Amino acid sequence: MFGEYSIGDLGSIFVMQGFAGLILFSVYVLMALGLAIIFGQMGVINMAHGEFMILGAYVTWMTSNLFQSYLPSLFSGYFFLAMMLAFLASGALGMLVEWVLIRHLYKRPLDTLLATWGLSLMLQQAYRSVFGAREVGVELPQWMLGSLKVTDSIEVPINGVFVMALTVLITCAVAYVMYKSRWGRQVRAVVQNRIMAGAVGINTAKVDRYTYALGCGIAGVAGSAFTMIGSTGPTSGQLYIVDTFLVVVFGGAASLLGTIASAFSISQTQSTLEFFMSGSMAKVLTLLAVVGILMLRPQGLFALKVRK
Amino acid sequence: MNANRFTNRSELIGILVLAAFLVVILPLCLDVFRLNLVAKYLTYAFVALGLVICWGYGGILSLGQGVFFGLGGYCMAMFLKLEASSVENTKIQSTPGIPDFMDWNQITALPFFWKPFHSLTFTIAAVILVPGIFALIIGAAMFKRRVGGTYFAIITQAVAAILTILIVGQQGYTGGINGMTDLRTLKGWDIRPDHAKIVLYFFEVGCLFICIFIAQFIRHSKLGRILVAMRDQEDRVRFSGYSVANFKIFAFCVAAILSAIGGAMFALQVGFMSPSFVGIVPSIEMVIYTAVGGRLSILGAVYGTLLVNFAKTSLSESFPELWLFGLGGLFIAVVLAFPNGLAGIWQDHVQPRIDRLISSRKPKAESAWTDNSVADGAPAE
Amino acid sequence: MSDEPNKGLQSPLRRKLLMGAAALPFVSILPRPSFGAGPATATVNTTGLAVTDTEVTVGILHSATGTMAISETGSIQAEKLAIEQINAAGGVLGRKIKFIQEDGASDWPTFAEKAKKLLVNDKVAAIMGCWTSASRKAVLPVVEQYNGMLYYPTFYEGLEQSKNVIYTGQEATQQILAGLNWIAKEKGAKSFFFIGSDYIWPRTSNKIARKHVENVLKGKVVGEEYYALGSTQFNSVINKIKLTKPDVIFTDVVGGSNVAFYKQLKAAGVDLSKQALLTISVTEDEIDGIGGENIAGAYACMKYFQSLDNANNKAFVAAFKKMWGEKTVIGDVTQAAYLGPWLWKLTVEKAGSFDVDKIAAASPGIEFKGAPEAYVRIHENHHLWSKTRVGKAKLDGQFELIFETSDLVEPDPFPKGYQ
Repeated sequence: MFGEYSIGDLGSIFVMQGFAGLILFSVYVLMALGLAIIFGQMGVINMAHGEFMILGAYVTWMTSNLFQSYLPSLFSGYFFLAMMLAFLASGALGMLVEWVLIRHLYKRPLDTLLATWGLSLMLQQAYRSVFGAREVGVELPQWMLGSLKVTDSIEVPINGVFVMALTVLITCAVAYVMYKSRWGRQVRAVVQNRIMAGAVGINTAKVDRYTYALGCGIAGVAGSAFTMIGSTGPTSGQLYIVDTFLVVVFGGAASLLGTIASAFSISQTQSTLEFFMSGSMAKVLTLLAVVGILMLRPQGLFALKVRK
Repeated sequence: MNANRFTNRSELIGILVLAAFLVVILPLCLDVFRLNLVAKYLTYAFVALGLVICWGYGGILSLGQGVFFGLGGYCMAMFLKLEASSVENTKIQSTPGIPDFMDWNQITALPFFWKPFHSLTFTIAAVILVPGIFALIIGAAMFKRRVGGTYFAIITQAVAAILTILIVGQQGYTGGINGMTDLRTLKGWDIRPDHAKIVLYFFEVGCLFICIFIAQFIRHSKLGRILVAMRDQEDRVRFSGYSVANFKIFAFCVAAILSAIGGAMFALQVGFMSPSFVGIVPSIEMVIYTAVGGRLSILGAVYGTLLVNFAKTSLSESFPELWLFGLGGLFIAVVLAFPNGLAGIWQDHVQPRIDRLISSRKPKAESAWTDNSVADGAPAE
Repeated sequence: MSDEPNKGLQSPLRRKLLMGAAALPFVSILPRPSFGAGPATATVNTTGLAVTDTEVTVGILHSATGTMAISETGSIQAEKLAIEQINAAGGVLGRKIKFIQEDGASDWPTFAEKAKKLLVNDKVAAIMGCWTSASRKAVLPVVEQYNGMLYYPTFYEGLEQSKNVIYTGQEATQQILAGLNWIAKEKGAKSFFFIGSDYIWPRTSNKIARKHVENVLKGKVVGEEYYALGSTQFNSVINKIKLTKPDVIFTDVVGGSNVAFYKQLKAAGVDLSKQALLTISVTEDEIDGIGGENIAGAYACMKYFQSLDNANNKAFVAAFKKMWGEKTVIGDVTQAAYLGPWLWKLTVEKAGSFDVDKIAAASPGIEFKGAPEAYVRIHENHHLWSKTRVGKAKLDGQFELIFETSDLVEPDPFPKGYQ
């Protein structure tokens, strides 16, 4: 299929294709980070993760409307505020949900799955009642649109660069919080041995609540970022949920590094396959490969070695 | 093996009540249209029954039961579709004698894997074997490596997603997103008119009771006890010398086959099969039927399925908005407040009163282990 | 109004009714009609439909919930508007139209189930409904078995024809061919890149488009790609588009995927004012979610745009906004759904009966001059003769009419040479 194109063309396409893979990678990492914290660290199967993301997207949409009507001069910068608000809104909702629902279910991980699925249905209907069944279009500031011309034939989408930068930033922040801060040590202590952690004076209930809220907050930021590339509707969140779980499980649930590695391998596989075959078959093959590998290596790519 | 092993007296009464309800009361009270709806709901009851065994007793939560429901349904639908696509029925096609959707996709000959579905015997065997073997492969791969719990749930979910995309994508062979429609006859017998629907209803209820008895048998046999033991203390069972994986695989396969029978019934009853019953959303909805009925109760699964679906039909007719809130709330309520569902409520609140009435005449002597395990509030991991 | 005698109508009374109906969109103030003056029920209803001396019942069957609710809401609204207008003009054969609305809930067996309920329990005289191909395929055996009448509004893949269905949307050749001809001529396009959602309508449409491009236009299809419904990542295919540099990108991506596709296309630096893009799946409804700025410059091939400049359409848009709010937009399918009740009314009056068999027989040749898309006529194959139009998307989410066929295009659900 490449015979008819010049070397230069092919070269730049491969660069751009690699870049497309990187964007997909960023999307996966953003989706999976919050879940990796909630599922990996707390063992809660949060089926409403997609709905927390969409909450972030709706917050972004509302912020953009607010700025358009009241502060049009500052519109170009609204996105940063929107992301912060998205984080706060999703985090706050997460905290509430943890308090009402999740904390009763820590001993029954499979039941968290059912309960959060129920939650996701209710959230979807709530979005539909509040924002309408139609998808909403989020208007972006001018500087985020279009692409950077690197060479004549290589163009890099600006929002892609933005998503990648955001991913790096959030990943670093999460890594710092989880592995360097005092609070992160508490979280990991609770994960490894809840009873002992409680015995040495860690308030496990509080740690749980904030961990869950952090995971949801990151989902909100991810949703905010996705308004640049995808659609925002009441049921958009559901589309992401299988991919997200697979990324986390494939990486090895409790490992942040594993999540990143798995997001990288899945996204590169998918975007490479997409180039050679139709999109839906590429998706099937990628998912099959992931499931196949998981059957051979159920602990995922990076397993945390703890004595069980 | 005495009779009490198989069912004890209160269970027998329960089965008789259900039989009276399904065989006598419903057909007398409902018109054919509503009865056909019940028949459709009951096809899901097969799935719920399977989930009682594999989730309630085995502790294996599968979020991919739609896969098996779909496989069974598609096998049956392929047979019916072939019969509906006889040469005289499909004269206007460029290739007569093949299903219409193949003709639209420029397929000019029947694909090889369709050919055996001309035979009803093969089809019935396929309805049971294809999902069974598929479940065996998944189960063997997962349980031999001691994958369980949440991981298993997520992987089955991914399988459901894969199969959906595959069916939709390969529309020349599967009918794509439209599914297989316009199924007409079974061995020349028209399945569409009202009297056929009634016959099919009773046939389905008959199958359902056979499946209920099979489930009862499994539950009361040694196997059932091992399953429960495994669910609660897997390592102890393993150290006692049992092959935990084999028992899990067995439970999963039974659940898959029951779902597939439900799927085949669905194709017969509704005259229709489409990928919208294979995916993640229907699969999870099927789990809620079991949860509402009580994940440990075989009869509860049937009642739970009927109840949720009745609520769905009537609520979505009059208050479509309320329905999703209601369904979501039901999930949460069942998990938080009634982990043993309808059966649990019955067991805790209704049964004791009835027992008291009866025991005033005759003291209750036996205390079967099953009663304890059902009353035991600890849900499966 | 045309003064030509209308062949299909026998009695002067009916002709007057027809003209009144056709004139209705222009006339908004009418005296409140009284019902019950029509012919005797026993003569117009010999098959036991829900027809009384003063009322006739029809069914509306769309998804009000679930994923398809987004798309089908417009159709429900249009059908209700049409019924209200018909009632205001005196109803059908002197009877007021009453409707029963059922929710298909985006679930195909539910559609079949509810269609059966409407036909068997409610005995409706006609059903206005269905949207996706899958729902129509599920309902079709039911309406054929119970001999109902279905008015189906969506543009669709063709390959179907039934005595019991009137297809008020375009079948694939009607929608695509004239648009391809136009863009080939206008832009000198020789190479095409097809991208669609992975299901039957895009695949069939692309198949027809490919045959036309290769055999008639003597052009070349340089790529054909399908993405699963709901996909949101299109960067790879956009790279392929950049590599193959097609003259025209031809898309039939549906639903939420559209939003992702156009946003990513824009972000990748594909400028739709320079790169020609022809879509057959984006109407004013979809642009609402995509955002006008992301799709401005693209061409859409439809039979109706909200911006059409004719008296019928102006009255229709005004009435629609009055009933459903200023902010609503009207897409191609919404307009086609609006035609359903009107065509049924005209047919009933021509047949002088509500009987389904008589309506099915009387349908060919029915003309509706009050259609917002302008004159339409029912073909022998129960599809509509209608024009193909190409519009260019503007920043405000509306289309600017660029081209329309001079004559009505004949519907051809089983196109020879395209299968």
